[in-house]
Amino acid sequence: MCLGIPGEVVELHPEHSDLAKVNVSGVKRLINIALLADDPPKPGEWVLIHVGFALSKIDEAEAAAAMEFLEGIGQAYEDEIAALRGSLIE
Amino acid sequence: MRFVDEFRDADKARALAAKIAALCAPGREYQLMEVCGGHTHTIYKHGLEDYLPEAITLVHGPGCPVCVIPMGRVDDAMHLASRPEVIMTSFGDMMRVPGSQGSFFDARAAGTDIRMVYSPLDSLKIARQNPDRHVVFMAIGFETTAPSTAMTMLRARAEGLPNFSVFGNHVTIIPAIKAILDSPDLRLDGFIGPGHVSTVIGCRPYEFIARDYGKPVVVAGFEPLDILQSIYMLMVQLSQGRSEVENQYSRVVPWDGNPVALKAIGETMELRPYFEWRGLGFISHSALRVRESFASMDAERLFAVPGVRVADPKACQCGEVLKGVLKPWECKVFGTACTPETPIGTCMVSPEGACAAYYNYGRMNRNRVAEATSSASVVRS
Repeated sequence: MCLGIPGEVVELHPEHSDLAKVNVSGVKRLINIALLADDPPKPGEWVLIHVGFALSKIDEAEAAAAMEFLEGIGQAYEDEIAALRGSLIE
Repeated sequence: MRFVDEFRDADKARALAAKIAALCAPGREYQLMEVCGGHTHTIYKHGLEDYLPEAITLVHGPGCPVCVIPMGRVDDAMHLASRPEVIMTSFGDMMRVPGSQGSFFDARAAGTDIRMVYSPLDSLKIARQNPDRHVVFMAIGFETTAPSTAMTMLRARAEGLPNFSVFGNHVTIIPAIKAILDSPDLRLDGFIGPGHVSTVIGCRPYEFIARDYGKPVVVAGFEPLDILQSIYMLMVQLSQGRSEVENQYSRVVPWDGNPVALKAIGETMELRPYFEWRGLGFISHSALRVRESFASMDAERLFAVPGVRVADPKACQCGEVLKGVLKPWECKVFGTACTPETPIGTCMVSPEGACAAYYNYGRMNRNRVAEATSSASVVRS
């Protein structure tokens, strides 16, 4: 199925600037990065891959921000439950 | 797996669910539509509806580009494939879509040269390897996939490849959403916006939904926490009486989309005046065709196709499922005459179809819940 999956850019093709080798969960393949020509990915960066093309870069800062929000929610929830556990309401 | 595992944490899911529940106004019900088939898939696979309060119902929309292809177009594709000089190439999820004379899968079993490809670039390779044959690529998908078809066509042109063409069935998401909004059958409070389509078109195209229809839209990622967070963001807007477009999937979706991708589509394709969608009927300016400047790569121009409108089988209720009016299990033939092995309609064939997703993941849960409820009531009496 044509899902969009994250992959890490391992190396750029020495001859074809349109191609790059990516690592997706251990599977290494060549994909086409021409859709990112305005800001080509470098090795170590992550991209969203769909039917053999990189559609978008995965912005690590945004991913970290999203996780921070979710962690904040998780912690707040745990704090709440802990507080409830310690309540003495009769 | 990085950028995946972190977004599947069950504790965080429960925490989000609690916050969502807290935002529900007493006595009020909420209907939120997820447009994208990939979202439907995640929702069923991870049982996300179980995390939501009863007050919130998720309505499954028509964002499955395979599901909306009418039978007549499948027949046209089969007609192309049956030409002896043609090698038809297609994504895997098209293989079992039933036309009036069977599917690609059936035709291949009977000897027709139809090959599954992962990428349209693979079709180019097959064309290079078979200079005496003509390779047709069955181009399907929303704006997510159209840029890949476009780049492939540009590549074929640059190489001067003479034996490659595209049978264009790309559809566009905005007219479908508008058709849903204008439909009298539905009452929706907000939209979980498409994830990967938005990497191409950006978030601006959804602004009319918030501005003209007063419904909030949150562009969502595909992991369980992405969807729950998007529902949370929708509920915050609804509780505050706001209707805006927000981007939960900001790690992947740029607000302005991908200009390189949009340019490639514009160079190679143009909007059809109208196109027939299974279940939604004819919608104007809702699909793409190959531009005249690329006529030598347009399978519809190179070869005559029957172009016959074929009505869906009488028993098929895909149309109502695609609009979100019916749930999969409410279709009369769900699970009996229509299963993934013997599909009648496209909702059951495509992995992104609501019926396939529910059949594969959702049923067990619902049975469990039903059993638990009935045994509980037995105990009470």
